[in-house]
Amino acid sequence: MTAGAVAPEPLALQGPVTLASLGDTRAFLESHPDGRALDLSGVTMLDTAGAWLLTSWQAGKGGTLTGANAAQTLLLETVTEALASAVPAPKPRPVHHQAGDTLAETGKAVSQVAVGLGESLGFLGLVMARLGWTILHPTRLRLTALVHHMHQAGLNAVPIVALMGFLIGVVLAFQGASQLQQFGAEVFVVDLIAISILRELGILLTAIIVAGRSASAFTAAIGSMKMREEIDAMRVLGLDPIELLVLPRVLALVLMLPVLGFIANISGLVGGGLMAWAELGISPGMFRTQLLNNTDVSHLLIGLIKAPVFAMIIGVVGCHQGMQVKGDTESLGSRTSRSVVVAIFLVIVVDALFSIFFALWGI
Amino acid sequence: MTDPIITIRGLTNRFGKTVVHQGLDLDVMRGEVLGVVGASGSGKSVLLRTIVGLQHPAEGTIDVLGTDVLTADAAHLRNVQNRWGVMFQDGALFSSLTVRENVAAPMRERLGIDAETRRALADLRIAMVGLPASAGDLSPSDLSGGMRKRAGLARALSLDPEILFLDEPTAGLDPIGASEFDALITALQKALGLTVFLVTHDLDTLHATCDRIAVLAEKKVLVTGTMAEMLRVDQPWVHAYFHGPRAHAAQPPAGGN
Ligand SMILES: Nc1ncnc2c1ncn2[C@@H]1O[C@H](COP(=O)(O)OP(=O)(O)O)[C@@H](O)[C@H]1O
Ligand SMILES: [Mg+2]
Repeated sequence: MTAGAVAPEPLALQGPVTLASLGDTRAFLESHPDGRALDLSGVTMLDTAGAWLLTSWQAGKGGTLTGANAAQTLLLETVTEALASAVPAPKPRPVHHQAGDTLAETGKAVSQVAVGLGESLGFLGLVMARLGWTILHPTRLRLTALVHHMHQAGLNAVPIVALMGFLIGVVLAFQGASQLQQFGAEVFVVDLIAISILRELGILLTAIIVAGRSASAFTAAIGSMKMREEIDAMRVLGLDPIELLVLPRVLALVLMLPVLGFIANISGLVGGGLMAWAELGISPGMFRTQLLNNTDVSHLLIGLIKAPVFAMIIGVVGCHQGMQVKGDTESLGSRTSRSVVVAIFLVIVVDALFSIFFALWGI
Repeated sequence: MTDPIITIRGLTNRFGKTVVHQGLDLDVMRGEVLGVVGASGSGKSVLLRTIVGLQHPAEGTIDVLGTDVLTADAAHLRNVQNRWGVMFQDGALFSSLTVRENVAAPMRERLGIDAETRRALADLRIAMVGLPASAGDLSPSDLSGGMRKRAGLARALSLDPEILFLDEPTAGLDPIGASEFDALITALQKALGLTVFLVTHDLDTLHATCDRIAVLAEKKVLVTGTMAEMLRVDQPWVHAYFHGPRAHAAQPPAGGN
């Protein structure tokens, strides 16, 4: 570029024209009228941001650039070329709220929930089918993985589950005592504790704790495998991710949740017994007699029979959410939290269904 | 152009008992493209990570742009960090942001530039690395490997750095994509006067872009020199590398640069 025959005196730009000094340069250019020549011989530093500003000024206001050295000319040309190839992306259209938007969104949300429900059911079916197949071919079961997950999801959860059960027993005894004392019916606190813990609370709260611990762990583990294409690698190797990853986890929970529930029941009775002794003077011997005479073993069985169902829900939801993780880290996080929420929600819903069912049957 | 912009002296890196570098010395000159080669596991990535401060060495000094980066305080270090750009092997784009937001992120974090300018500059970088304008709105997981690398380069260029660190920029690209990338790096280097620290395995890239080559072997920089000088080195690994079957295929007809 040479300083051609330009009528007015060219503007002289001095010093660095860079990203850091972008504001100053822009102010300088705006303070002068359009269509002038700009002399760059005083420019000490030029980078792409500066070159962008100069070329857009040139294009927008019809000025000319003179006095650039060879390197600066090359940079200006590179930027001009790039700008020419960059078709400006359409600006996001401002969204106006329209009548019917809410309705459409509601419809979308409902259909999404329905699709999600359908997919989950499909996944449950797939897991059941593989489970049945594995029962017919027990040698295909991944024993090492199963034991590993029984350790992780079962054994490692014993302390927290036992503590939780103990505290629930204590709280029930304490609350029950203060109410029943008013009627002089202290001794029935034993029935209160036994029935509520054995039938409902022991197993329900265990399932909620396990959902928080294990559903999230399953989703995170399977989801990060999905992100690193490990699941795809398994598929092309002819390995079945359901058989390798999902079945051991689900089976481990199905085997361990009844055990954990039983532990919660026992520690709940111990906690309640201790509290009844301390608060109401019901001795351990009396507690035992009252428990054996008045509480039917069916309460315990009704509680424990729910455990494998809850375990299935937790395991299937956790693994299914993990399988739905996409390539980005965001979806891993949202799927992990969703798996916990969905698992706990379903556990509570199914518990309610069980209650209705048992009530109808009169047990 | 002979003043060193990066000076490394007596660098030692260890992981437990494994010694990766021992007494490594290296100078990178202002305005050059330095190619760093070496066998897999010879510590090329570790060297790059050490220079940019992701790995603290056991011993040694590293001077970048006149600042001792190992002992500098936060303000000085930030000043140096604004003047270099790093492109990781697989782009390392932030997966929760779009490509445009990725490219604009350094400007947003480091310098107070208004959103409109940031957006325009990000689009310029995206165009300069040869990505279509529509790529700006995509999320990184929607890009192919080659596009991710270009987007990674665009982000590395976001602050108009003086030094560009590239870790295997052409690995995993098809030959056409790789030579386009070589041409892109050369063009950007010429236009912006960049200093480029280029870790690579690709002999074509070495031929096409590098002014000087440093060979990493035996825990240090074994030799440095131009391509023509490399061809005369007798050390077995260097000889095998530059005279192997792939090396002959990669020789340009006119000889070195
Ligand atoms: N974080 C780390 N912990 C332990 N060893 C590492 C770590 N990073 C790298 N290494 C070891 O350092 C050596 C060099 O690795 P790297 O620099 O990645 O090789 P390359 O030259 O192929 O890029 C390898 O032997 C690797 O195992
Ligand atoms: Mg490497």
